[in-house]
Amino acid sequence: MMPEYVAEKFDVVVIGGGHAGCEAALAAARRGYETILFSVQLDSIAMMPCNPSIGGSSKGHLVREIDALGGEMGKNIDKTYIQTKMLNTGKGSAVYSLRAQADKNRYKEEMKKTLEETEHLVIRQDEVVKILTEGGKTTGVQTRSGAIYPAKAVIIATGTYLKARCLYGETIIHSGPNGMMSADGLSQCLRELGIRLFRFKTGTPARVDGKTIDFSKMQIQHGDEKIVPFSFENRAEDIWREQVPCYLTYTNEQTHEIIRQNLHRSPLFSGVIEGTGPRYCPSIEDKVVRFADKQRHQIFVEPEGESTHEMYIQGMSSSLPEDVQIALYHTVPGLEHCRFTRTAYAIEYDCVDATQLKLSLEFRDVPGLFGAGQFNGSSGYEEAAAQGLIAGINAVQYIRGEEPLILDRSEAYIGVLIDDLVTKGSKEPYRMMTSRAEYRLLLRQDNADERLTPKGYAVGLISEERYQRFLQKMEAVAKEKKRIEETIIAPRAEVLDFLQEHHSSPIKTGTRLSDLLKRPELTYEDLALIDPNRPTLPAEVQEQAAIQIKYEGYIRQQKQQVEQFQKLEKRRLPEDMDYDDVKGLRLEAIQKLKERRPASIGHASRIAGVSPADISVLLIYLEQRKGAK
Amino acid sequence: MKATSLDDIIAAVSTPPGPGGIAIVRMSGDGCIALAQKVFRGQDITKKESHTITYGHIVDPQTGKDADEVLVTVMRAPKTYTREDVVEINCHGGHQAAGKILSILFGIGARMAEPGEFTKRAFLNGRIDLSQAEAVIDVITAKTDLSREIAVGQLSGHLARRVHEIRDKLLSLMASIEVTIDYPEHDVEEETSEMLLEKIGALFEQTNALLRSANQGRIIREGISAAILGKPNVGKSSLLNALLEEERAIVTDVAGTTRDTVEEFMNIGGVPLKIIDTAGIRETKDTVEKIGVQKARDLAIKAQLVFWVVDASRPLEAEDKAILPLLQKEKTIVLLNKADLPMAVTAADFTGQFDPEQIFSISAKKAQGLEQLGDYIKERFLGGKLSLDHTVMIQNARHQAAVQQAAQHLQKAMQTVRTGMPVDFVSMDLMEAYHQYGLITGESVEDDLIDRIFSEFCLGK
Repeated sequence: MMPEYVAEKFDVVVIGGGHAGCEAALAAARRGYETILFSVQLDSIAMMPCNPSIGGSSKGHLVREIDALGGEMGKNIDKTYIQTKMLNTGKGSAVYSLRAQADKNRYKEEMKKTLEETEHLVIRQDEVVKILTEGGKTTGVQTRSGAIYPAKAVIIATGTYLKARCLYGETIIHSGPNGMMSADGLSQCLRELGIRLFRFKTGTPARVDGKTIDFSKMQIQHGDEKIVPFSFENRAEDIWREQVPCYLTYTNEQTHEIIRQNLHRSPLFSGVIEGTGPRYCPSIEDKVVRFADKQRHQIFVEPEGESTHEMYIQGMSSSLPEDVQIALYHTVPGLEHCRFTRTAYAIEYDCVDATQLKLSLEFRDVPGLFGAGQFNGSSGYEEAAAQGLIAGINAVQYIRGEEPLILDRSEAYIGVLIDDLVTKGSKEPYRMMTSRAEYRLLLRQDNADERLTPKGYAVGLISEERYQRFLQKMEAVAKEKKRIEETIIAPRAEVLDFLQEHHSSPIKTGTRLSDLLKRPELTYEDLALIDPNRPTLPAEVQEQAAIQIKYEGYIRQQKQQVEQFQKLEKRRLPEDMDYDDVKGLRLEAIQKLKERRPASIGHASRIAGVSPADISVLLIYLEQRKGAK
Repeated sequence: MKATSLDDIIAAVSTPPGPGGIAIVRMSGDGCIALAQKVFRGQDITKKESHTITYGHIVDPQTGKDADEVLVTVMRAPKTYTREDVVEINCHGGHQAAGKILSILFGIGARMAEPGEFTKRAFLNGRIDLSQAEAVIDVITAKTDLSREIAVGQLSGHLARRVHEIRDKLLSLMASIEVTIDYPEHDVEEETSEMLLEKIGALFEQTNALLRSANQGRIIREGISAAILGKPNVGKSSLLNALLEEERAIVTDVAGTTRDTVEEFMNIGGVPLKIIDTAGIRETKDTVEKIGVQKARDLAIKAQLVFWVVDASRPLEAEDKAILPLLQKEKTIVLLNKADLPMAVTAADFTGQFDPEQIFSISAKKAQGLEQLGDYIKERFLGGKLSLDHTVMIQNARHQAAVQQAAQHLQKAMQTVRTGMPVDFVSMDLMEAYHQYGLITGESVEDDLIDRIFSEFCLGK
């Protein structure tokens, strides 16, 4: 028995200092609650053990939403980016996605500094091995050194560290990502609390010394000239900098041949790996096996930072033995003579079956205990940070005895993410995708502030000053929208010339500027030429006004769909509902409903194992109950 | 919506009315086996295994006498039609025995099943999906053989299969668009406008084909309203009688549920005709005088099909010609009745007014020429193509609405492609079309959907 002693008392304990843990701790502390964040290794705070970038399709949306709610990720990447790009600009603005390459070292340094400088927040290097409970309620944690930290709420954000092991070929190392110490104590304690765990798997490619790469054989990939900050609080001109390029190259038949010949040595195919890996992020051997007819696969070569020559080889994640890895990397143009700095590996870890959580991210059966991030079965820095923020907010709501902040699927990608994890459950690491969002035309990255800043303000994470600026922006947008709708453009000669130039059909009578803006071939910027009374406005105001008008019809259609959706979301199911009493439910549905206790009919309808017929039974039951009262 | 509890034990005669060797009384609900045991003399059926048959007698508890000699089938949940415990009592045919047993069961706590209630429970208990449940209701209310055949086809999932096919194609199209959005830098082939138009166009076509079948389905389900006009004594009521001689295909699981509407329906060439104002024809021998020209005109306007009956054995008279201006050529069928007698009127007499193919020589009294008439009606209303594909026809109004919505969204998606909008906007409508199709098989749930269905269940008798 290790000697126990009672250390300091806190409101909130956060276990883990990754992207989820950082947001969770910051959210709680910024709301004035005494918070301590534990990490097995303080130097790994906000570490990016895989790709050196933040954002991308739908993940960029998450970062904007985090920022709009008062989280940190957006601000931190704005401080530390080395290249930025808006993706999908050839498509509609709803799927524009911001992505930045990060300087990994600076990213974690800046985040650690922010944590250190935040009031009410303490960071501590130690491994939490036990969640303490009393009468089923969370009362604190105990660390490996025997210290007891009483606390009102505990957030688990252990990422990939729980009972982690890293594998390549026959080599198995019991460590967390990037050679970090794993956390082996907590899993057992969670099981004793009755919490079900899954074993998931993910992986990362090798890092290569940039001095040994022949970049002339690769296509250079520059960032955008026009910089768009992630944070609504930053202006492009304030974060401008010289950018660093990335490179593109391809695998070839030779690469694939080496893989095929050595498949038997892969722990994935030999069955050594038990964990479930993500389909959307396959290893190179996976890709070669599953898409056998594909001649080549893309390889993006990305810098890990400015203070290092290490390069990240995106698309070449692998758990093949080291010698095979080196051989196959050497088949790729530009990488013929590359020298590995770090070997690619697969990592297995314990995570939780997130269906045991409520939409607030609190464990249903352990009041005061929250889960966030990769621990909940997601993957990706952004997904983790989003959950961390919500868990941090809701830990405080729990302490205050107030309603949790729950975003629904029509309000935010964060809402989709959490609902998917908690309601549907995931059998593989969950990645955010735009196609998971039913109402993405409303959930644009450009309007995250409109959707979420009032909510961030309500929970005290948005300052009064920022909120006032936000309100002013909204007012300016409304005013510009009104002006565009009321401006009539006459069929003057220069207007007709303009239209012809833009391959747009001529107008015969006075036409609203808004109607011209709705034409797909004309943009707000183009129309400046025939819109002499346009006021000088901040770019983000113009952008909002333009988007809202341009896509009005489609936006309206989507809003109608949301109304339909919310009807079912608003049909509340009482917490004390006795599902055994509902005649006609199938046994499987009764079990699932009893276990999950969904908040609404809509929520229930998304639970796997609950059929449409079960939903009609519930609706009928509710009707009858209403009638009986 | 009528709130009927799923707790009750329900019972009904589940064999068609009319004479037959045996009749079956079906009972469903928790405890129905024990309930049956109370009035059963024979081995203890509560101890019997599921899906076994036991011989014995049903005893009237009032008199202590045997009501009938029976075979009792015990089926235990969940492998039953309703997924509840089910007892089927095979008794002697005809309604006397079955009726007696039914009333004994009611006496000890079972209640009369509402029309379609076994099916409703099967749906609520998750055994069948929405379109299958609706199909059962359609079978119950089917007015013609063809209608029933379609309903049966739907029951076994023909419609569901077709919908799955279309949804599947939609899904892969959506996936091909979505992948370029979620993986913008990966070298997957982007769908060009032409490819999109072609693929969406094909889906739109299939959707329209379903819609066309929906119109036919509606005719089959609801019937065509028809009026019989003609001056007195041309044989209108004998025509009505002749047509009503046609076999009626009515199926029900409850005795006595087919009372109403039967008289008004007749079946010609598989097309159900709903004769308007049959009472008017029956009550009087001289319709036109009695109901007046105004009424005849109303009928002619209201009906989708007008039979103008002429006595062909005598030359046309002023009274015949008085009706002529009331008739619209497109929806009129001229019947030269009494063709078994020497004919004084022939098709040639209507040259310029009616086409030869809409004129038929018949004998209502001798039931001559009715078959050709039937073929014509079938050809005309069902387009003759029916037999090829009628098992995937859409009969149900809710299905039709969903397919219509799907068609609109597909059309809108094409419009979006044509105006040069980005692909994610195209996706929006494709997803909506997908969702609408899902409503047919109940794969998506909407708040008002269930209410609508169950109002149909009650209406659908």
